[in-house]
Amino acid sequence: MESSIRLQTKIRGRVTTVRAIIRHPMETGFRIDSETTEFIPSHYINEIIIRHNGNVVMTCDWSRAISKNPYLSFMFEGATVGDKVELSWTDNRNNVDSTETQIK
Amino acid sequence: MLRRDTLRYLATGSMTLIFGILKPISVLAKWNKAAFSSVDLDEAIAAYFPDQVIKKSEQINIGVHSVVENGAVVPVKVKTDLPKIESITIFVEKNPNPLIASFNLSNGCVGFISTRIKMQNSSDIIAVVKSDGLLFNSRKFVEVHEGGCG
Repeated sequence: MESSIRLQTKIRGRVTTVRAIIRHPMETGFRIDSETTEFIPSHYINEIIIRHNGNVVMTCDWSRAISKNPYLSFMFEGATVGDKVELSWTDNRNNVDSTETQIK
Repeated sequence: MLRRDTLRYLATGSMTLIFGILKPISVLAKWNKAAFSSVDLDEAIAAYFPDQVIKKSEQINIGVHSVVENGAVVPVKVKTDLPKIESITIFVEKNPNPLIASFNLSNGCVGFISTRIKMQNSSDIIAVVKSDGLLFNSRKFVEVHEGGCG
């Protein structure tokens, strides 16, 4: 299956910028299904881990108030071209996905 | 009948307990359910940063439009030049649950994060930055025309 994650890195001098877009509904549980008139159950990513060559550089604890198809960007130092960056997420139903990219 | 029901409840109860314990430790240890379920800003902050003093800082910049049409997608950037950033946490005072997201940054990270959040009403956004073990905050008011939580 196609990954839910689009992960991009860009290195400029010492700083690597990481950008990610994740395909996920991020349902709050507050929305009502217009056909069944029932609440759509909550379904959202609550944890993200980003690793650089296997070491954790950043983790996120998220609520359901992150927008649908979440966007995330941050920057870190100490990487070089060819290094690996991996992003993995877990949602409130314990679904997981991860992807890896190489810094170019 | 009564006895059977009681047994069934007991059985379901203990199953929940067992699966509760078997959940991955990383998830249980980190994701602060009490803070994320708080419906009040001060409660959420107290639950996430127990017994800690938070000082106002001019060195935190919340990059967000002051007027937003659609509360479902509000781009937010937080930048700070405070030293040794450990985390950046975002709260929206008037959301059903004010704690939105926390970003835990390792040593090599720059004091910057960018994401997109949902806002239900016009509200202050509060960024709390942990720098060298101390907490600092900054606020910015955002006018929201159409709420994005429902």
